Amino acid sequence: MTAIRTSTIGAVWLVLKRDLRLAVRRPAQLIQPLVFFAVVTLLFPLGYTPELGKLRAIAPGVLWVAALLASMLALESLFREDAADGTLEQFVVSGQPLVGLMAAKTLAHWLLTGLPLTLMAPVLGIALGVPVVAMPGILFALMLGTITLSLIGAVGAGLTLGARRGGVLLSLLTLPLAVPVLIFGARATELAILGESQMGPLYLLGALAVLGITLAPLAAAAAVRIGLE
Amino acid sequence: MTEFFAMGGYAVFLWPAYLVTLIAIVANVLIARRAHDGAKQEARRRFDLEDEGSTT
Amino acid sequence: MNWTWFHRLGSPPHIYRIAETLTPWLAWPAGLLIVAALYGGLVLAPPDYQQGEGFRILYVHAPSAWLAVMIYGVMASAAAVGLIWRMKVAHAVAASCAGVGAWFTAVSLLTGMLWGKPMWGTYWVWDPRLTAQLILLFLYLGYMGLRAGIDDLGRADKASAVLAIVGVINLPIIRYSVEWWNSIHQAPSVMKMDRPSMPFDMLAPLLMMLLGFTLYFAAVMLVRLRAEILRRERTASWIREVLR
Repeated sequence: MTAIRTSTIGAVWLVLKRDLRLAVRRPAQLIQPLVFFAVVTLLFPLGYTPELGKLRAIAPGVLWVAALLASMLALESLFREDAADGTLEQFVVSGQPLVGLMAAKTLAHWLLTGLPLTLMAPVLGIALGVPVVAMPGILFALMLGTITLSLIGAVGAGLTLGARRGGVLLSLLTLPLAVPVLIFGARATELAILGESQMGPLYLLGALAVLGITLAPLAAAAAVRIGLE
Repeated sequence: MTEFFAMGGYAVFLWPAYLVTLIAIVANVLIARRAHDGAKQEARRRFDLEDEGSTT
Repeated sequence: MNWTWFHRLGSPPHIYRIAETLTPWLAWPAGLLIVAALYGGLVLAPPDYQQGEGFRILYVHAPSAWLAVMIYGVMASAAAVGLIWRMKVAHAVAASCAGVGAWFTAVSLLTGMLWGKPMWGTYWVWDPRLTAQLILLFLYLGYMGLRAGIDDLGRADKASAVLAIVGVINLPIIRYSVEWWNSIHQAPSVMKMDRPSMPFDMLAPLLMMLLGFTLYFAAVMLVRLRAEILRRERTASWIREVLR
């Protein structure tokens, strides 16, 4: 039987396409984190005040915390099914660099969760009194931030593979590590709302994303190898 | 003496802080000791079981 | 360079005996230093011109905060050694650090709160150092949670090692972001006791307490380490000798 040799790029692309295709077949699972994002954000006016002026002041924090939590929710399924049906093991023994495959899965997760969250945020922001002129700024900040969140989350998901109460544990592990993203992201959003330059925090968010892209897939690969022992 | 304990009015903050630290110091010693003693006991038990097993 | 000493450290009976011998040499000086520092800090040091007698909380707050961070570093280093050189003993060291580290992070938070109340009027202040200690506590809890959540010891060791390393890389980033956050919003910074400007009779007890706490941690960690090794090595023959 002849073996089919694929290049690394080919393998990465295959994994990416597979994850996207599988996710699209289950639209319900795809939409849940997004609905969660919307619900959490929209609870704040009810729990606090209908005054848009006051809501505008807390909008950055609310949007980012909600995005963070929604992202956590979606992370649960990043490796779970693949671990259950043996696909993950196949990845490990495939001879392809696991780091690349982890990057592929993380990218898929971001495209399926982080990106939609980013696009939803300006719309939800309207409910929190965010001015339209701030929307591009919110988009940039969340785009960068959600990338890092997906990256950190992949490491956490790998570590909690097969751990008891993995879902809650995953959040407990990932949230403290996500604090810098939250701080810079919320500040970038706040500046956008105030109409001031966001460049400072945006650069910092970018730096975090670059650091994440460089290191996180490595850590995720190590975590997955350990988890499958 | 009472002047010392009063700590210039800060006593109600200062002494609890020192107390909390003392509790942590003592607790960790006790926890560590208990873990060690427990581990030794368990090891003895395992050896006893092993020895019993080999003499039957 | 002869590395035999390093690899011998990976041998559980060897480490066990070293730990046994070393512990009293750490514990007694630790006790003496702490007692001496207590006397120096509570009695000998002059009251601060700004904070009066209240500043004396520094003598328990700062060493606890120091321990909290240092222990995490030791834990992550040991975990890294365990991961890279596949030394089970190193993983045992990491496991022995976690509980103590978490305790002292909690102490630093509590003593920080008790210091904050008289100085700033509220029990909690989002001071960058307190905030960073709070996040550190959650990092410890996450580490301990992950260890507890994985049943297989080898996997638990390695997974928590990866987590510790990720955490230690993240820690300076977290600290920086929290300071940045704090400065943006111009919140009061609570715990500024600048070392260079401290007179010697204020500084000396602090340094003694720092050293005393560090030796104390080493002693406690070595006791826990012995327990960990015994548990992990099960019925290895060298243990019979030890138990006699």
